Amino acid sequence: MMHHADDPTVPYDSDTPLGDVVLSSRVRLARNLSGYPFVNRASPDQLLEIVHRVQTTPMGGAFASGTRWINLQSSDETDRKLLFERNLISKHFSEGTHPRCVALSTDGCASIMVNEEDHLRAQMFAGGFRLHSLVAAMTQLDRSLEQSLDYAFHPRFGYLTACPTNLGTGIRISVMLHLPALRILDELEKMRRSAKELKLAVRGIHGEGSDALGELFQISNQVTLGRSEDDLLEEFAGVIVPQIVEYERQARLRIIETDTAAASDRAHRAVGILRSARLLSLEEAFKYLSRVRLGIALGVVEKIPLSTVNRLLFEVQPAHLARILTLSPTARGDDRAARATHVRSTLE
Amino acid sequence: MARRCDHCDQPATVHETLIKDGVAQEIHLCAEHARAHGFVIPGSGGATVNISQLLNAAHAANPTSRRAAPRPAKTCASCGMTVTNLQATGLLGCPECYGVFEELLSGLIARAQGGASVHVGRHPEKAASSIDRAALRNRLAKELRDAVSREEYERAARLRDRLSSLGTPEADDLDPNFDASSQS
Repeated sequence: MMHHADDPTVPYDSDTPLGDVVLSSRVRLARNLSGYPFVNRASPDQLLEIVHRVQTTPMGGAFASGTRWINLQSSDETDRKLLFERNLISKHFSEGTHPRCVALSTDGCASIMVNEEDHLRAQMFAGGFRLHSLVAAMTQLDRSLEQSLDYAFHPRFGYLTACPTNLGTGIRISVMLHLPALRILDELEKMRRSAKELKLAVRGIHGEGSDALGELFQISNQVTLGRSEDDLLEEFAGVIVPQIVEYERQARLRIIETDTAAASDRAHRAVGILRSARLLSLEEAFKYLSRVRLGIALGVVEKIPLSTVNRLLFEVQPAHLARILTLSPTARGDDRAARATHVRSTLE
Repeated sequence: MARRCDHCDQPATVHETLIKDGVAQEIHLCAEHARAHGFVIPGSGGATVNISQLLNAAHAANPTSRRAAPRPAKTCASCGMTVTNLQATGLLGCPECYGVFEELLSGLIARAQGGASVHVGRHPEKAASSIDRAALRNRLAKELRDAVSREEYERAARLRDRLSSLGTPEADDLDPNFDASSQS
């Protein structure tokens, strides 16, 4: 009901181990073709040739059951924003003017940007904590692509990328974490510092430079050279993420044990605002949805499923809202009323 | 006692170990000198390592910097990338750039990549037979010796695994034409 027929679906279900804190998991792979300059030095003709080569390559894994190609040069602006809000394409990619396209898997959980900073930027996404299966699926896709494409590879530096920060495996794994209790107890800085020491990047929900809307943080590996994909996964998914989740859970426990009534009040007031407001800005929507999500995790809000809040965290964003409610272009300038209506009707 | 900055009396807040050609060099900098050398200080704006800044700092700090010499700056013959352009964008222009600018890049890659300078992990199946295994084996062996001498045993174990995954020298199927630029 919420989606247009041609829309990819998005997994809102975070019903996995650690899913109370880990909203979603993502794996990204950077690859370049040998025999071409990187995107920043390639001519429009070369970029078109790369698009053509990738589009005619049989793709396995998530794309085996079908691929939807979107040409970014001729696509609708709302579509581009929608893909950006779902983190299926980057902001830079959504706003460029050069020849580029994106492949979407039929389940909407995998994308391959062609001619982003690198010739290929493949991404896979899943609700909850599902890094192991994502990395396995990405390896499968990579192996299927290299049957037909010659990757730029260097014996010492590994897979070559336009920016040396992606060199080596070209793999970046990340999780979106909901850390409201650490924020309330003022312990986010401590988390950020330990993340830096472990060479992890901490960002807001839309990557570099975006704010930590809704107390959501994206954490990913920064180092791509000198360690194998397996080692990285073992450390990141096996040690680091469970540890941060444990910090957040401990903080949540402290909150509920210190003052259950206050914790419950805070969550239910947020429910009240979301169910009553007639004008809701994006920032407000994230703020109160975050409080409700914490309330559900603490067991003080019982009638709203976690998946509904997870879904709303996508749907309150401008392009999603415009698409769901088929807003007229004039209504898009100030979408607070539309956002409030959508949130109210969803939570009723 | 807190360690002092290499360039002044302030306490050092940035501690880095650079490994170049198997030689480890420790760097300790205060916040101000760290910024001047292109490090991004947490909380000062950038969330990630800024390659462009690192490149500018490395180029300026290099006493044999090309600005002292009248000869033209190095340019990648394959894509036309220049040092200036590389510094401005932080991006390389093509796969060959890694060979052309290897000298300028190697320290910076180590800094951006937590001290690592050799790929460990998957490689294209098609490239397996044509990779210059002997050169790679030598580099890995050098890094392994370095890791052991620095008592970095986890890293040493990974390098050893990588070395053994390459097989014996006799099993090499060398292609002398492979990526000649990178071996120079």
